[in-house]
Amino acid sequence: MTTTTSSRSTGVGRVLIAVYGLLALAATGRSVFQLLDDFERAPVAYALSALAAVVYILATVALIMPGDVWYRVAWITIGFEFLGVLVVGLLSIFDPVLFPAKTVWSMFGRGYGFVPLVLPILGMLWLYRHRARVTPAAVSESPAV
Amino acid sequence: MIEWLTWAQIAVAVVAGLLGVALGLLGRTPNDLTMGATALVTMLLVVQVVVSLLAPVFGNTATGSALEFWVYLVTALLIPPLAIVWGLVDRTRWSTVILGVANLAVAVMLYRMYQIWFVQVA
Repeated sequence: MTTTTSSRSTGVGRVLIAVYGLLALAATGRSVFQLLDDFERAPVAYALSALAAVVYILATVALIMPGDVWYRVAWITIGFEFLGVLVVGLLSIFDPVLFPAKTVWSMFGRGYGFVPLVLPILGMLWLYRHRARVTPAAVSESPAV
Repeated sequence: MIEWLTWAQIAVAVVAGLLGVALGLLGRTPNDLTMGATALVTMLLVVQVVVSLLAPVFGNTATGSALEFWVYLVTALLIPPLAIVWGLVDRTRWSTVILGVANLAVAVMLYRMYQIWFVQVA
């Protein structure tokens, strides 16, 4: 059985996509609030929130779409998130002055149950196991049951 | 926001969430129980919108930022319906897990809303 849908959007990968979608929504929500509320107070943190929101949206889309290009986009966006959560997590501990306001990535995503820290790791594992080859699509994954 | 109503709502969302995750992992596709529980969470969110619109009229106002509260509430209101649509389109057990995750996310967001309304001093 070969399908034209992305092998990345089958089985438990769908949960990954849904959680990415949730995080994209959460990051966008926070970002919209921060931009509306008081951008001047912490421009660095707020700009970062907006960037994070865009990256989460891109990653969600990249996981859903089939094809080599989207596979690469997924790697880039998820890798960027991982880097982001590590760098911002460290900076928010050692240089809190730089981040007077919260972002998704502050304190390694503590405000979001550390989901932003764990998710890119799961995402990269998932991508690694579903390399964009023409595989006999997900034989082992029985979609329904 | 009404305190007991909010706690009841958080409890319903947590139960609906655990139910979805558990039944999904056990291999059930979305059914009346998991979809119904998610619909109930959605309805309670609509009730919360009405309550939160009316409460300030009776002098029950948010201690924190009203804007932040509403961004949370509107975002939360989007999540369970999207999960229900997902469950209707994609009839796999993973959709049941997603229903659960969506309800848990709503529970967390309701708790944040609770904090913004009652706890914050800002």
